[in-house]
Amino acid sequence: MANKEAESPKKPIVLFLNKESEPLFSKKNRALLTDPLDDNNPITVQVLGICSALAITVQLKPALVMSLSVVAVMGASNFIISLLRNLIPNRIRIIVQLVVVASMVILVDQILRAYAYDVSKELSIFIGLIITNCIVMGRLEAFALGNGVWKSFLDGIGNAAGYGFILIIVAFFRELFGSGKLFGYQVIPDAFYEMGYENNGLMLLSPMALITVGIFIWIQRARNRKLIEKN
Amino acid sequence: MEGYLNLFVKSIFIENMIFAYFLGMCSYLAVSKTVKTAVGLGFAVIFVLAITVPINFLLDTYLLRPGALQWLDPSYAEIDLSFLSFIMFIAVIASMVQLVEMIVEKFAPALYGALGIFLPLIAVNCAILGGSLFMQQKDFSSVTESAVYGLGSGVGWLLAILAIAAIREKIIYSNVPAPLRGLGITFIITGLMALGFMSFMGIKL
Repeated sequence: MANKEAESPKKPIVLFLNKESEPLFSKKNRALLTDPLDDNNPITVQVLGICSALAITVQLKPALVMSLSVVAVMGASNFIISLLRNLIPNRIRIIVQLVVVASMVILVDQILRAYAYDVSKELSIFIGLIITNCIVMGRLEAFALGNGVWKSFLDGIGNAAGYGFILIIVAFFRELFGSGKLFGYQVIPDAFYEMGYENNGLMLLSPMALITVGIFIWIQRARNRKLIEKN
Repeated sequence: MEGYLNLFVKSIFIENMIFAYFLGMCSYLAVSKTVKTAVGLGFAVIFVLAITVPINFLLDTYLLRPGALQWLDPSYAEIDLSFLSFIMFIAVIASMVQLVEMIVEKFAPALYGALGIFLPLIAVNCAILGGSLFMQQKDFSSVTESAVYGLGSGVGWLLAILAIAAIREKIIYSNVPAPLRGLGITFIITGLMALGFMSFMGIKL
């Protein structure tokens, strides 16, 4: 009895620090957070999660809400799958992962409906599509199944942030040039319009999302030469 | 009959999964390097969409929608299970994909060899879940309608991946700026193609 009590406070520490007792924000762990922002960006480098990334970038607000939802879902599901990683039979792991992710997405969806109904209407099916967002599944498969809880959690947050980063950049340019607004507030002064400046309606159409991301990839790879593909 | 045809054409061209909604982009970008694999994946997507959309339609109508449980007992009219739709739909899709994989493996080993790796991937293709979620929004009146919609969306997806794969096979021979090679240029081409597909939007069906 006394033995058990002595052991129990130790357990969570082992769980979270992944056996070697490295500090919570060691260099390696920080890299998990920051790498996906640039060198290993889920959208522009790993080519994951583009499905939902493009359709909701007409305005900043839905893009921001979407990014936060993905951060929440990825952090939580990476955490849970990593906790369960030794219990999940290999053959049915995809279904287990889908169920965990789907439950997280339902939670996020219900919370959005309760507290941000307008945005949730605007995002329509795209919140549901976080389930099949390849980033979530990709990171679960590639990382959470083989790594400790804390690391997986950081990896989830990092990758979701990398995804949100692109989303927000694309939405920023599309809303700025497409409707002259940011977060719904007009930023281009009226004087410009009087001088003959016109909003570029093309930016509001879906194809421009693809082209904006294409240009972003171009800039990123021109700056970061090691990412260039062979053909 | 005419209504079905209209819906079919509409779901292929006007509401194309890739060019209008960007659904299924991940596999679209990853598998479009050669025409052969692209066609294989395209047909698998058609197949799975045409099966899962009607099944999910039935689930939605008789189980999930507010008041859908009325056929069991009139007192269930108040029950609204629509918050469960994500998990139900994805469960149907994952199990259908598994089933299709086993059936194809048993009865058409050659096709299985060709599709092999792509079949399990389809479970996490956004176009499939997207098809079911759009179906839920569109309030179709019959199973046939939803089946036609599923089939049409699949054909539209095949069309898109076939086109991009053909272009990517040829683009190897052209001189693309180094940082734009691969992913970048594919994005821009898709954007231009989507711009072209927007011309279908004017068609009223």
